[in-house]
Amino acid sequence: MSQLAVRVIPLASGEVGVPVVPAEADGLLSLVWLVVALPALGAAVLLLGGRRTDPWGHLFGCAMPIGSFVVGLAAFAQLLGRDAEERQVRQALWTWLEVGDWQAEFALLLDPLSMLFVLLICGVGSLIHVYSVGYMAHDANRRRFFGQLNLFVTAMLVLVLADDYLGVFLGWEGVGLASYLLIGFWAHKDSAATAAKKAFIVNRVGDLGMSLAVMLMVATFGTSSFAGVSAAMPDASEGTATALGLLLLLAACGKSAQVPLQSWLLDAMEGPTPVSALIHAATMVTAGVYLVVRSSFVYAFTPTAETAVVVVGLVTLLVGAIIGCAKDDIKKALAGSTMSQIGYMMLAAGIGPAGYAFAIFHLLTHGFFKAGMFLGAGSVMHATDDDVDMRHYGALRTAMPVTFATFAVGYLAIIGFPPFSGFFSKDRIIEAAFGEGWIYGTGALIGAGITAFYMTRVMLLTFLGSKRWRDGVHPHESPRVMTTPLIVLAVLSLVGGVLILGGWITGWLEPVTGPEEPHDLFVSPLVLTGIITLVVLGGVAIGWFTYGAGRTIADYPPANVRFATRAARADLFGDALNEAVFMRPGQQLTKALLFVDDKIVDGFVNGLAALVGGSSGAARRAQTGFVRTYALTMLGGALITVVATLAVTLT
Amino acid sequence: MTVPWLTITAVLPLLGAVALALLPRRAALAPKAALGLSVLALVVGVAGALTDYDPDASGFQLEEQHEWIPSLGAWYSLGVDGIGLTLVLLTLVLTPVVILASWHDGDTGRWSSNAFFAWMLALEGLAVGVFAATDVFLFYVLFEATLIPIYFLIGGFGGVRRSYAAVKFLLVSLFGGLLMLASVVGLYTVSNGAGGPTYLLEDLARIDIDQTTGRLLFLGFFIAFAVKAPMFPVHTWLPDAAQAATPGTSVMLVSVLDKIGTFGMIRFCLGLFPEASQWASPVVIVLAVVSVLYGAILAIGQDDMRRLIAYTSVSHFGFIVLGIFVLTPQGGAGSTLYMFNHGLSTAALFLVTGMLIQRHRSALISDYGGVQKAAPVLAGMFLVAGLSSLSLPGLSPFVSEILVLVGTFRESVVAAVFAVLGMVLAALYILIMYQRTMNGPARASAATTPDLGLRERLVLSPLLVLIVLLGFFPQLLLDVINPAVEATLDQVGVSDPTPDVPVTAEEVP
Amino acid sequence: MNTDHYLTLSALLFTIGAVGVLVRRNAIVVFMCVELMLNASNLALVSFSRAHGQLDGQVAAFFVMVVAAAEVVVGLAIIVAIFRSRRSASVDDASLLKY
Repeated sequence: MSQLAVRVIPLASGEVGVPVVPAEADGLLSLVWLVVALPALGAAVLLLGGRRTDPWGHLFGCAMPIGSFVVGLAAFAQLLGRDAEERQVRQALWTWLEVGDWQAEFALLLDPLSMLFVLLICGVGSLIHVYSVGYMAHDANRRRFFGQLNLFVTAMLVLVLADDYLGVFLGWEGVGLASYLLIGFWAHKDSAATAAKKAFIVNRVGDLGMSLAVMLMVATFGTSSFAGVSAAMPDASEGTATALGLLLLLAACGKSAQVPLQSWLLDAMEGPTPVSALIHAATMVTAGVYLVVRSSFVYAFTPTAETAVVVVGLVTLLVGAIIGCAKDDIKKALAGSTMSQIGYMMLAAGIGPAGYAFAIFHLLTHGFFKAGMFLGAGSVMHATDDDVDMRHYGALRTAMPVTFATFAVGYLAIIGFPPFSGFFSKDRIIEAAFGEGWIYGTGALIGAGITAFYMTRVMLLTFLGSKRWRDGVHPHESPRVMTTPLIVLAVLSLVGGVLILGGWITGWLEPVTGPEEPHDLFVSPLVLTGIITLVVLGGVAIGWFTYGAGRTIADYPPANVRFATRAARADLFGDALNEAVFMRPGQQLTKALLFVDDKIVDGFVNGLAALVGGSSGAARRAQTGFVRTYALTMLGGALITVVATLAVTLT
Repeated sequence: MTVPWLTITAVLPLLGAVALALLPRRAALAPKAALGLSVLALVVGVAGALTDYDPDASGFQLEEQHEWIPSLGAWYSLGVDGIGLTLVLLTLVLTPVVILASWHDGDTGRWSSNAFFAWMLALEGLAVGVFAATDVFLFYVLFEATLIPIYFLIGGFGGVRRSYAAVKFLLVSLFGGLLMLASVVGLYTVSNGAGGPTYLLEDLARIDIDQTTGRLLFLGFFIAFAVKAPMFPVHTWLPDAAQAATPGTSVMLVSVLDKIGTFGMIRFCLGLFPEASQWASPVVIVLAVVSVLYGAILAIGQDDMRRLIAYTSVSHFGFIVLGIFVLTPQGGAGSTLYMFNHGLSTAALFLVTGMLIQRHRSALISDYGGVQKAAPVLAGMFLVAGLSSLSLPGLSPFVSEILVLVGTFRESVVAAVFAVLGMVLAALYILIMYQRTMNGPARASAATTPDLGLRERLVLSPLLVLIVLLGFFPQLLLDVINPAVEATLDQVGVSDPTPDVPVTAEEVP
Repeated sequence: MNTDHYLTLSALLFTIGAVGVLVRRNAIVVFMCVELMLNASNLALVSFSRAHGQLDGQVAAFFVMVVAAAEVVVGLAIIVAIFRSRRSASVDDASLLKY
């Protein structure tokens, strides 16, 4: 047990780097490994067990994350009972690899930050597992679905519990794999298979950042563990810190669908809706925010990289919001909003100690309300024969009261309506953004307005207005197994704001992120809150006058629209850009190299063979078969030898 | 009394090969006998490693030495260090798997299935000998001898263009072998001038070779190994050979025989010509990085699965060579581990695609689609094999790849940045192949694909289990490899890189 | 006695034999010309042996004779076999061993 559990290294810039100095896990906390092991067991049994496990697979699959959640709660209680500086514990499992001076251990790090994630992942994860029992009831491969969900939970837990960047990388790519499998769960559809592949490959581009960061750490520090890197960071040059910060940001961009690696998230909605809720809203896509907050000891030394994080977050929050405005597919609209909300988190995380806690706070509340809304969307799709087009909904309020009510709670939370949870978290982020610079604050404020607009649109198109159901669609409320998780998530979205009461969450995260920094505002926080609420109400009003207020909704999106709308429908040309800059030239390069390899490299080898063959073909003409020719040749040879000998001896 | 473990391990399959060739031509008997013998060889090899091999000691172990041709200074001398042992084990593990996978492949060839399995066993015995030889002359003889069985395996039991592929393979390999022969002869001259002819590695390592001679001799060895490995630009024989050969033959060729190339680079290029290795390393690093990217991009463009896998191997061998020539502990250990892991993952990939091809008589990706629905186990194993090839963390190739990259980064940041792009390209070639064959709407023909049978599952399971196991516990092998790599780097005379900002002991409690 | 004369004779005989081998088509005649060349070289060997007072040349001549005898045995047998199969002893007819 070290007495240095919380050491703060003051810097010239006023920021601090908080080193990771964990103690050995003991007592109840030494059961932390169970948190990871249970879903891993579930995944192994369900994926390897085959059809034998079909009858009880989904129940087993639910039991595992619930078990992890229980262990997590117990650990949480333990940590709560400790002093702040003793809340970092580490459980070493085995040596992963040891070569030369680099040693990487397989170890779990439980601290306030990862604790919150464990609870979020296992809690929301369990709810979504339960929901899936109903949602996937008619799918022949439900067991495989649960196996892959368990695999995801395992990988996500490894990601947040690892105490080494290499271990984070394991979870990082593990969730990428699970996301790949689950997006492509209905792989008999070409679109799903392509979306899955796209998600994996775009993520791999981000992973380049992660692997290069690991390399740079080993080269610079001889270690990639949090403890080692955070301890040695103050001695590293700023160039190294900036490089590390930017590389980690690249990784975060890939996983969290931030500009410029955002293009995969909208396509990822091809997966079953519980997957979208768990992976592409509540947990996996927030891994980038986790990484940035976890690496606070790196960003503390590099204002450049911090600014880059802020800019990426700001751009993404606007891009995501604009895309969300133009989508008629309910899941894609929600996906756009996910991008945007994660943009908020990145923005907050980039601000530094003033924003870390709010980033995590918003991450938690977003996990509640966005998961709830996605599951609500799933419930709607369940009721309308898997139709995702909001222009085909309308007036579902009466047919599905529970779904409507819970979705409405999520709606109020995401637009930041007081006193729902999103109000508290978003308000603090915008406040912190204004503290960082008026341009960031204004951007975040505009984003809040747009969010209110498009979420109002989703709400109006889906639940209010007139019936636009297709023939043969008879919307009905979903079964209890699906509505119960909705209700739980709605309650959490409603009361999630309590985490900030008395500054609890900032205090809780202090051992990881350092103490919160006060920031100067141009007005009092209360006035700013008023302004934000006004902007939100303005967005709601615009939404109401555009899509509500008795207006009729066209069955097809109008074709004759402004450029801005077309751009938003085309995801602001993100795919077109990727295609023009990477895909086409890549295909050309492949074609060119195929030609080079076949005609030039192999052509050289085969040409050499042909040359030898051809010249021996010519040379064998000398073999006439006439003995006398051979005799003449021999005589000639002998004569030449004699003459040559004479010439040599006589000179 | 010491047991000559290595000789027994190598001679057992060779005797088996002779016996199989003499056996009556009853097809049912040959594969069983071959499988039994290869398993026996595996047991003997593992027993030897467990009883008489001390992983902590450096230098050669399980040594045997007898005079062979005194006037040349050639000895019958065997012994393994961690690197050799790893590769001997790889050979011993893969051969039974390949034999089980090739159960019926010998029936349709030019000769009887006895011949097929006899050549397989001969190949195993010779390969073990190559990895265990500690005498350059013995190594050279066995190195060339391995060409004989593989030539007949490709030419006698392969597909449509087997003769072309076999001859191309043989000629290109012989060309490399010729250059190596020149260097072997050169070594005789050098050692003769330094007090009497010897081909023993330990003696040669002590001789001070002058700079120019050393570099020339190095080139002879290096080019031969580069052809074998294969590296860009001498790789074109591999896709042709892999396309024509049976899956089992491809596995023996790519997973075992090609490793002789990279093994030779460590053992002979680094071990005998340290100065020349350092001299050549910038060029070799460039060639290796080019191999990584070039092989990967070409793999993306292939329609034939077997050619695709062959090109992925060009890319992976680029990584291995890169790790060897950056001359860092992580690079060297990573490369050695990579050889083992690449053996497993490529074997799994070749065998599982072979099973698919055997079901539909087509190797073209464009002929497939939607197989997953009909054959989920096949698809699942295909996916795991593919993921191991794209180095997914948690599977064994990842550990070796990140080690190679870390080792490279410490030597040359630029090379590491370029090489790491191979990771993205790997995801592309594997996932495109997987999507086009397994996903999407089921083609009429694919809808009736029978799933894997018991024998096929037994073939793939040990490979996949090893891949996952070594993904989480690579230290099992690294413990054996590390001392050997360190000894080799000592020989080269490079010092371990040190971190710029080391973490001191008191900083990490 | 002057060695030169013997050597001149040997050269003459060798030349006659060589020309015979090159211009004649009958295998028997070609064969005899080959014998002539062999014996010409024998004469040269013996002459040199005599001139140098050493026995090496004479030993070599014996070897040549033995070879010549062996050659006659094999060669005549082949010629007879060819003659039997194709009713001709012309060397130009037996030109099957070509490209």
